[in-house]
Amino acid sequence: MNAVTTPATARELTTYVLRLADTSLVLAQRLSAWIGHGPAIEEDLGCANISLDLLGQARLLYAYAGELEGAGRTEDDFAYLREECDFLNATMAELPNGDFGQTIVRQCLLDLWRLELFEQLTQSTDTRLAQIAAKAVKEIRYHGRYSSGWLVRLGDGTDESHQRVATALVTLWPYVVEWFAEDALEQALAERGVVPSVAAVQAGFEARLAPILLAATLTRPSNVDYRWFGKRAQHSEHLSHLLAELQSLHRAHPGAQW
Amino acid sequence: MTALASPEASAVWAVLCTVPDPEIPVLSLLDLGVIREVSVQGRHVVVGITPTYSGCPATAVIKSDVAAALQLAGYVAQVHDVLSPPWSSAWITLEGCEKLRAYGIAPPEFPVGRVAALLEEEVAPACPRCASRQTELLSEFGSTPCKALHRCCACQEPFDRFKCL
Repeated sequence: MNAVTTPATARELTTYVLRLADTSLVLAQRLSAWIGHGPAIEEDLGCANISLDLLGQARLLYAYAGELEGAGRTEDDFAYLREECDFLNATMAELPNGDFGQTIVRQCLLDLWRLELFEQLTQSTDTRLAQIAAKAVKEIRYHGRYSSGWLVRLGDGTDESHQRVATALVTLWPYVVEWFAEDALEQALAERGVVPSVAAVQAGFEARLAPILLAATLTRPSNVDYRWFGKRAQHSEHLSHLLAELQSLHRAHPGAQW
Repeated sequence: MTALASPEASAVWAVLCTVPDPEIPVLSLLDLGVIREVSVQGRHVVVGITPTYSGCPATAVIKSDVAAALQLAGYVAQVHDVLSPPWSSAWITLEGCEKLRAYGIAPPEFPVGRVAALLEEEVAPACPRCASRQTELLSEFGSTPCKALHRCCACQEPFDRFKCL
């Protein structure tokens, strides 16, 4: 069964799928910057492999968005030929890597959120989205094992490592709030069972996060009022720089193929 | 899979048996469990393949290898992706697991459908060389998306392990 019955639903779902795809792509790009710079070769490999999985997920999602939109746009068109103001990724994905501790905090928060979100998306009334989620969720679970394992090691490690991840957690937490500030589009799709309710995802995320923070001897920061809205294309100053690098080859050589 | 019964389909499966995985060439694509569908109409063959990991660069190579092998056998082949159900390491055949072990890669072994929770330790794999269970994880990620790196504390050899997915 396919949930896309009206043009309005198709438009909303296209936007939603692009949010998921952009978050995957932008985070993949950030993580790949660790290649050759990781604190150990194992962490180079870890960041590179997670990046590769995310890139694969982004491709599945972009291909679906292109079909939903029906205007003939390909994966490459979405990735390389849109401007900053067209990208709909969650703001946290575009934030700079910082030190390895900050990368791990960002990764763990995003993994736990996406793990919960994609697990619930496997129940979507939209068959294709449910199938993509079922594929991705297995990979995300593995990523979550890596990032939460590191968060515990660093948080419950030396004074220095604890301090660094504790600071990163406070720095990054304001960007969590965006995920759970439901907008009209998410609400409309949730009412039709296409996507889970934001409240349900938040509850699952908090339940997953609590034992990890406990083991990592970290404290969950309080929510702040200010909200970033990358998912509505209101980005931090970092995305345009990221895209400049990501898109440079394609812009210099339009239509370039491997 | 009634198609399996027909001689035409059997001939196609026999061709697919000869196509190795590009990254772990001791495994055939059938051992790996990625061929999800074969339908034959005369010389026209449609093959459905599921990727192991969504970003695995080998997927494109696998698809073109399959098309080339079938073309060589005189077929007109059409290869497409099958997304659902998602691939599982439990689909690697028993024969495939033995081939992996002989090749020096610990095969996936876990009760199917049981994946360790986030902070839970996985069961230590047996060393593919000396079969000792005294092994430790070196790196969750290895040389390909499907493998992790472990070390045997008995014989001291590092080894790849097929990740349980």
